[in-house]
Amino acid sequence: MNSFPELIKFDPGMYIEALVDWLILNFQGFFDALTDVIKWIVFNIQDGLSFIPWFLFILLIFLLGWKLKSFKSGLGYAMMIMLIGLIGLWEDMIFTLAIVITSVILSIIIGIPIGIYSAYNQKLEALLKPLLDGMQTMPSFVYLIPAMIFFGLGTVPAVFATIVYSTPPCIRLTSLAIKRVPKEMREAAYAFGSSRWQALVKVELPQAMPTIMAGINQTTMLAMSMVVTSSMIGAKGLGENVIIAINRTDIAMGFNSGISIVFLAIIIDRLTQMISKKYEHV
Amino acid sequence: MSKKIEVKNLYKIFGSKPKLALKRLKEGWTKEKILKTTGQTVGVNNASFTVDEGEFFVIMGLSGSGKSTLIRCLNLLNRPTAGEILIDGEDIVKYDRQQLREFRQNKVAMVFQNFGLFTHRTVLGNVEYGLEIRNINKDKRRQIALEALESVGLKGWEDKMPTELSGGMQQRVGLARALANNPDILLMDEPFSALDPLIRRDMQIELLEIQSKLKKTIIFITHDINEAFKLGDRVAVMKDGKIVQQGTPEEILNNPSNEYIEEFVKSIDRTKVIQAKNIMRKPNALVSIKDGVRVAIKEMQASNISSVFVVGRNMELEGIVTIDDCVDAVKNKQSSLKELLRHDFYKTSPDEYIENLLENAVKSKYPIVVVDDENKLLGIIVRTSILSGLLPINSTNDTPA
Ligand SMILES: Nc1ncnc2c1ncn2[C@@H]1O[C@H](COP(=O)(O)OP(=O)(O)O)[C@@H](O)[C@H]1O
Ligand SMILES: [Mg+2]
Repeated sequence: MNSFPELIKFDPGMYIEALVDWLILNFQGFFDALTDVIKWIVFNIQDGLSFIPWFLFILLIFLLGWKLKSFKSGLGYAMMIMLIGLIGLWEDMIFTLAIVITSVILSIIIGIPIGIYSAYNQKLEALLKPLLDGMQTMPSFVYLIPAMIFFGLGTVPAVFATIVYSTPPCIRLTSLAIKRVPKEMREAAYAFGSSRWQALVKVELPQAMPTIMAGINQTTMLAMSMVVTSSMIGAKGLGENVIIAINRTDIAMGFNSGISIVFLAIIIDRLTQMISKKYEHV
Repeated sequence: MSKKIEVKNLYKIFGSKPKLALKRLKEGWTKEKILKTTGQTVGVNNASFTVDEGEFFVIMGLSGSGKSTLIRCLNLLNRPTAGEILIDGEDIVKYDRQQLREFRQNKVAMVFQNFGLFTHRTVLGNVEYGLEIRNINKDKRRQIALEALESVGLKGWEDKMPTELSGGMQQRVGLARALANNPDILLMDEPFSALDPLIRRDMQIELLEIQSKLKKTIIFITHDINEAFKLGDRVAVMKDGKIVQQGTPEEILNNPSNEYIEEFVKSIDRTKVIQAKNIMRKPNALVSIKDGVRVAIKEMQASNISSVFVVGRNMELEGIVTIDDCVDAVKNKQSSLKELLRHDFYKTSPDEYIENLLENAVKSKYPIVVVDDENKLLGIIVRTSILSGLLPINSTNDTPA
């Protein structure tokens, strides 16, 4: 009596599986090309980051912190990044950074245009809202499965899963920001004969910038929080160490890599926040 | 004079079924009934008017009467539901997207109630906006924008951000931005309503000066009858989306066509409604009690006046000194103003009606001074400003109200 009747059964997962199968069958070429592109970006960023000598890197972080916030903050960030090096996770940090930066760049490239478009298009917005809510509340592990099926193991599926998980705030806040541009300001733009593109580029986007930057900050933070999860499908970097530590129940190693992720997250958060403050003008 | 704007049977209905509402409206339903039964809002109901080239045309009406809706049809920020808008003989409603953009770039410019300035751009960047949209090169647009800023008295402010400016100055930027485009037609939707009375008066006078120089065709919206009659060559009165009367201020004053307009007019032809604060202005000169006699003399000479008010550190009124007393004092080698202060001027609060000031304005040899509860000087009223405040009204006082 207390059990749900099994007679009527509904299995939504089955349809999603069918969809994924269909995509694989018909778009294999596309996924291969995408894999190459993502790989290329990640490796170039990684190369670029590794090219910077460690002391210069620390100095850069210090200068950024100083310039954007204060001397003390700069010093703090430099200390944190130095500690990651002292722990012995410098290279892993570079890996992680490359994946995060790639994901964020792609999230922005995808998220901002969608956000802008949905600000103008109520139908798209109505469609996106539940989708975005779902994307954000779905346990992030779930994204690993299609990521693996489409892209195999390694860096590329990690980037893919990270993008899926971290793009929603970028879309959401871009859309919100564009919709919040004061009516009179938008009308002034049109009253002087602006085209839609001119109104967007010269008025709406600059007005929306602070909020869009806040969205990018959130996206970055979500990308950071995917670091460990995506290591489960073979992404290298700091997250990989956490996974290994779990498997070995190695408390010391777990703590070391955990604290490194925290430091990195703090630095990225503060720096992107400071950058978005620069765009505030009202 | 040639016709610049001709609006014929213009309707604007907001909502999802404007055609239905239009049909009902033509059948004689009221705005209220249409809203109740169809959910459609009537913004403009069968408006027709003509504006000549170089004319200052004012649209007046209470809040919600459809003034903004109407003026926004003139640059198609609102697309009319029915009707024609001929500008230089061309129906702008039929324009395609490109023609509309060119029309907006070259023929009309708008000034907004809350200024509508771009807060991410400097003052100069705001004024340059229209020129930028027209792809005018950098040097040229800078030069034009600087000239426009100078013409509204904002020279030297070009690198400030709009939010650093006072309301009055922000609206000057709005005006400069519109003028920089050198449009034939200026659309001004309650441009001065957000400003306080003193600044508003200055802006009105300045606008009239600009108009007499540039001869633009101006459509100006206000809910203030004083402003309407002061500025307008002709005035149209709106109610519930309809134009209920139009004509010169004299015509409307002499012959209000219905009760609604009479109510409006009553509010103007009484000295009982105009208050000291409406007609006071900033004194041309003021001296501080700490200043010496020579400073006072200089101030008076600079402004070509024979007496000047003396205030303390916080603008509190100390008294008045005359040029004769000051000159005598210099001869007697006196330098402090304290002994020269006179108190035989007339003082009033900002809320006093002109009616009660008239007699004193005529008797007193000094301007009337307006002070607040704490005796701080707010402004002065000179005899001529009372007269000019009353003139158009006095001339019609003998008509039955
Ligand atoms: N965009 C709009 N959508 C729906 N109704 C509107 C819109 N704009 C104005 N209205 C309505 O049209 C009427 C006239 O408004 P408006 O032209 O703004 O009046 P005014 O400028 O004289 O105060 C009001 O009833 C207002 O609620
Ligand atoms: Mg209005």
